[in-house]
Amino acid sequence: MIIRGRAIKLGDDVSTDHIISGKYKFEFIDDMSKMIPHVLEDVIPEFYKKVSKGDIIVAGRNFGKGSSREHAPRLLKMVGIGAVVAKSFGFIFYRNSVNIGLPVVKAKVVPDTAESGDVIEVDLARGIVRDVTKGVEEKVPPYPPEFLEVVSEGGIVEYIKKRGGLPWSIR
Amino acid sequence: MPFIERILSERLGKDVSPGDMVFVPVDLVYAHDGTAPLVIEVVVNELKLEKRHARNRAFFFIDHASPAPTLAAAAVHKRMREFASRFGLGLFDAGEGISHQLVIENGLAGPGDIVVGADSHTPTVGVTGALALGLGSTDVAVALSYGYTWLSVPETVKVVLRGSLKHMVMGKDVALWLLGLKDVEKFHGRVIEYAGDLRAIGLDGLATLTNMSTEMMAATSVIPPEGLREQTTGLSTSSGYVDEVSVQLGEVEPMVARPPDVFNVAPVSSVEGVEVDQVFIGSCTNGRLQDMEVAARIARGRRVKSGVRCIVAPASRRVLLESLERGYIDVLLKAGCILSPPTCGPCVGAHMGLLAEGEVAVSTTNRNFPGRMGHRKSEVYLASPATAMASALTGRITDPRVFA
Ligand code: SF4
Repeated sequence: MIIRGRAIKLGDDVSTDHIISGKYKFEFIDDMSKMIPHVLEDVIPEFYKKVSKGDIIVAGRNFGKGSSREHAPRLLKMVGIGAVVAKSFGFIFYRNSVNIGLPVVKAKVVPDTAESGDVIEVDLARGIVRDVTKGVEEKVPPYPPEFLEVVSEGGIVEYIKKRGGLPWSIR
Repeated sequence: MPFIERILSERLGKDVSPGDMVFVPVDLVYAHDGTAPLVIEVVVNELKLEKRHARNRAFFFIDHASPAPTLAAAAVHKRMREFASRFGLGLFDAGEGISHQLVIENGLAGPGDIVVGADSHTPTVGVTGALALGLGSTDVAVALSYGYTWLSVPETVKVVLRGSLKHMVMGKDVALWLLGLKDVEKFHGRVIEYAGDLRAIGLDGLATLTNMSTEMMAATSVIPPEGLREQTTGLSTSSGYVDEVSVQLGEVEPMVARPPDVFNVAPVSSVEGVEVDQVFIGSCTNGRLQDMEVAARIARGRRVKSGVRCIVAPASRRVLLESLERGYIDVLLKAGCILSPPTCGPCVGAHMGLLAEGEVAVSTTNRNFPGRMGHRKSEVYLASPATAMASALTGRITDPRVFA
């Protein structure tokens, strides 16, 4: 599974509250699509209008730290983000993203070299992240096969619906 | 071997090591009114399930916007009640208290259990000796429906507590002290296992420590039950721990985390005198009996400074009742505190005491980023119940030892 897109560069410590403020959880408790205009609004005003489908967020340390709010990765996917490459992720955000089929990749070099607008390429199975524009390439740990299947089906729910059960058995 | 690895190895019947991808049965799964709507959505509309296939214990808690302050919240609560009865979940309704506290005090989790909660502070339950993971709604919906979850086994850092706390210094101050470590990054994505002189902190204080492992960016934290604890020898890394931190409890001072970040830690003495509009004593961090006791001890015979709102919310009905019987509530009300029903309320800026623009609060909760408790331009200092109560009495951030 290879993902290619334009980089949107963000800094360190972008929390789930930056991605979608907790207050909207109660304001729009019934309809997540109403939260779209507020995605990352305090980091990049009108972010949702500036994203093109398939854009890849490239961020620093601790992307998605904070609350367990699954709205965060879901909304990023809803506005069109194709993947997130960061130096490290919040523990829950990382899991949530895999579960809902948003590819998330830990990388060391590209988050430093990439600039907004660069073309980024991610090869999940082989574990490669490339900044095509800058000609930078790095090895990252490849996705375990179960992750890869879940993400390529579009998330665990899609996986279960298509294949009739969990991607794992107790060993 | 670290305790979490022992739990997983025993459950799987083979030795696991950090980095292993494991699939494990879940003993307890829960969600609250902030996260349950999405859990319900996944189970009913996405997975389209008619019944639960899992046989584990499962609960919903109505604690975040509770009792309902808006029509939207009321609708969510109604949907939760319907789902709980249809899918066979236990329900703790408005007024019972905050999920993590109710799990602990009702014995819903115990040593060796694997617990999955749709809330980032689920690691609080690690105080019972369980492996407690705070996860998102889809993870929880899967664990609720099928009874299993996945985990990449995290490394464990041992935190050894030594000695005893000084007067008016609490578990919260130890948690803040740990957040102030220069190399706090070492906890990131790992398990924190507490060892050493645990009695010095008390069970309620230990739950504050496990609670704030979330702010320390840990995957979770755990207090292994007595008898199952490994000897602390100092040879920690050779026995499977990736790192060790030693805390001399006697050196910990009353601490605060200054706005706008939990890592902005400083001794209370360095911010003394900052004027305060609101004080909040409560939450899954500090709404337990010990917290009520300390607040009442300081407030006894005194008055909250006029112009300051001091809101007290016991974390559960049981804490409230016990505090009532012991006379703490009487003391707090006579001192001018506002008693709130057990709820998350002000902690999450949902209701029951939001901050206006420019206002300053001292809060016993666990998060202080901009907008957490109200207006984006309000400021929250995190502190212990002792420091919070002392500050409510003087109207300025105050070292609680002046009331000793
Ligand atoms: S008290 Fe605060 S931190 Fe605890 S569960 Fe409620 S909202 Fe979350």
